Amino acid sequence: MSHARAVDTPSPPNQPTAPAVSPRRRSLNERKKSRTGWLFVAPFALVFVAFLILPLVYAFYLSLYSKGLATGVVFAGVKNYATAFTDPSFLRGVWFVLRFAVVLIPVQMLVSLALALVLDALTTHLARFARLMIFLPYAIPAVIGALMWGFLYSPTFGPMQQLANIFGANAPFLLGPDLVFFGLMNVVTWQWAGYYMIIIYAALQGIDSSIYEAARMDGANAWQIAFRIKVPMVSSALLLILVFALIGTLQFFSEPQILRPLSNGTITPDFTPNIYAFSQAFSYANFNYASAISFALGIVVFIAVYVFLFFTRKRGSVFT
Amino acid sequence: MKRRKRFAGVMALATGLLLSACATSANNSGGGASGAATEEEKTPPKLTNCTNEMKNDAPQVSVWAWYPNMPNVVDNFNTNHTDVQICWNNVGQGGDEYTKVQTAISAGKGLADVVMLEADRLSSFSIQNALVDLAPYGADEVKGNFREGAWKDVSQGDKVFAIPVDGGPMGMIYRTDVFKKYEITPPATWDQYAATAQKLKDAGGPHFGDLGSNVPALFMALQQQKGAVPFGYDPAKPQDLTIKLNDQASKDVLNYWADLVKRDLVGTQDHFTTDYISGVVSGKYATYVSAAWTPGYLTGAGVGKGSSKGVWAAAPLPQWDAANPVSVNWGGSAFAVTTQAPNKRLAAIVAKGIYADPASLEEGWKKQIIFPLSKTVQDSPDFVNNKSEFFNGQTANKDVYVPAGNAYKGTVYAPIQVYYYAQLQAQLAKIINGKTTGDQAADDLQARIVKYAESQGFNVTA
Repeated sequence: MSHARAVDTPSPPNQPTAPAVSPRRRSLNERKKSRTGWLFVAPFALVFVAFLILPLVYAFYLSLYSKGLATGVVFAGVKNYATAFTDPSFLRGVWFVLRFAVVLIPVQMLVSLALALVLDALTTHLARFARLMIFLPYAIPAVIGALMWGFLYSPTFGPMQQLANIFGANAPFLLGPDLVFFGLMNVVTWQWAGYYMIIIYAALQGIDSSIYEAARMDGANAWQIAFRIKVPMVSSALLLILVFALIGTLQFFSEPQILRPLSNGTITPDFTPNIYAFSQAFSYANFNYASAISFALGIVVFIAVYVFLFFTRKRGSVFT
Repeated sequence: MKRRKRFAGVMALATGLLLSACATSANNSGGGASGAATEEEKTPPKLTNCTNEMKNDAPQVSVWAWYPNMPNVVDNFNTNHTDVQICWNNVGQGGDEYTKVQTAISAGKGLADVVMLEADRLSSFSIQNALVDLAPYGADEVKGNFREGAWKDVSQGDKVFAIPVDGGPMGMIYRTDVFKKYEITPPATWDQYAATAQKLKDAGGPHFGDLGSNVPALFMALQQQKGAVPFGYDPAKPQDLTIKLNDQASKDVLNYWADLVKRDLVGTQDHFTTDYISGVVSGKYATYVSAAWTPGYLTGAGVGKGSSKGVWAAAPLPQWDAANPVSVNWGGSAFAVTTQAPNKRLAAIVAKGIYADPASLEEGWKKQIIFPLSKTVQDSPDFVNNKSEFFNGQTANKDVYVPAGNAYKGTVYAPIQVYYYAQLQAQLAKIINGKTTGDQAADDLQARIVKYAESQGFNVTA
């Protein structure tokens, strides 16, 4: 139909080029295809809308109101959000999860990356067994894992205390105010390192082994292959799990909530923003304020992830 | 394409509006069913999810309670009644049950007809119009069976929101083996308590007691013992609240225990944890300032058997002024009727009759599960002269708990009691970790509670 074509190959007169499909029939076909597509998506969409979108909308609606015990329900607009962002409990919780994320995530990544690299280099049966064992903590429900660690940390029954008893000393209490940060970090790393390791390991398996051959021919030893070739090539997988880890850690809830009765008062009802929202909703019945806190946390997570992705964006890299 | 986008946009907006409409009603119905017409004679539905079995076909009333001997209590009631049957479920102990009660109140449905509540929670729920005033339903019939303090705890003015079952008059239980070994006697005043603790420590003995941060109700009772009146609340003026948490008496008690912690005379373990129970068993704490239901609770947790058998005795709670003893109370329970009950008359019959028959009460106090507030029990010589097995044959009721229960004058609890407990717990945890003093804790607590009460719409008198 271009002007050049008309000049190069003059079409015979009185024979208009019929289009492949008439305009009306094309959109009918399209409509049929898209309808089938929607039908396939429908079950997921139903569940998604019912259990994610609708509760979100309702929670947002709740967060726009405020209810006092002595007063009724009152429209508050963004007042709840203003209160949330100036609430010292909420801000302290956010500060804690930010610090926790900044320390925990590199540690987790290092551990899982090291494990994946080692398992990738070994090809013995031990490697397969080790892979299963390292992944096993992830298969244990978070609640059970946290409870178990709570007893392991116990200043009466825990193995650390048993060991210290031999020397007549007192083991440090890993849920006490000074060490709770590391106590929690330990539990989370134990639980999640296997999961991240599997993802990195799968990414490593996807690397073409001829690259290793080429590297070996160039004289690279195992360490150089690991750090100069393998790590950069799994960087996209690394980025993926870093984002997951960041989102998950900022919403830290299960482990501290389970360990709260065992922490001798260290883990307070406002320890992390999610615990704070939970306490507000189910202990004090402030459902409106709790919804506002949840959304405020969502805003914080969104900003954090955006900042993170901004700083790690690829600038025309080969491995995009 | 544009049409599709517009259609999607309209659908989203419509959904949002529809939800808001539903949400409005849900948000408002959380205020309670008080607006509904009195549905007194409505037949309650046949309930299907009961832990117990029905004895006959009478209308059923649902009950939530967590007493360990509840199956027997329910069977006793169901056998003795042909007008109503109980359908009972244990939905958790203490805080776990209260969370569910609160959620059901906020949702406007799902609450049992009769719930077991501690007296300190009643005003939190009654202010949300979730509890039925039992005065028009014959509460007076049973009023005479309870002492003044016990009845005051479940009433607000002329309204009665629950029928008492058991109480927690406080005393001090101690390890006779530790006391014998170090030649010390039970202290009668708090000054003596501190002095004895120091003497025990100097002799190389264990901690004299334990300050747990997770029992704020206990600490509030100890503050009341010195004369503190934390809250003033008159249901006739439900929007007014008096808050006095940093008066001298409250500060004195906080300072006293902070000092004991600092001098390492008492432990700092949270109560009701496995670490604490194992400490109790192994004699890590020479005394346990506790309530009348404690022996039953400890027995259930494994104390009093094996190595810790027969080494316990009970003594009256130490006093600030031996000439003017004050009795205080920790815990205790009552049955309240909720506004979500379809037939309030039948539910009231249940509330008045449950755990009130002689068989249930006798089992309860014989096994030291409850300290019954019923006067018929408390005045019976069997109960008063009971030789407690836990206390190695001591007549603990006569010596300690019955006099304490009789002298108890009742407490006013605030509608924001839960929040107050959580903040008090946080302050106690800070004291235990040496991060604050008693005075600072009291002032900080006062400021926080006042701020919270104002944010909930109360007119606060500080």
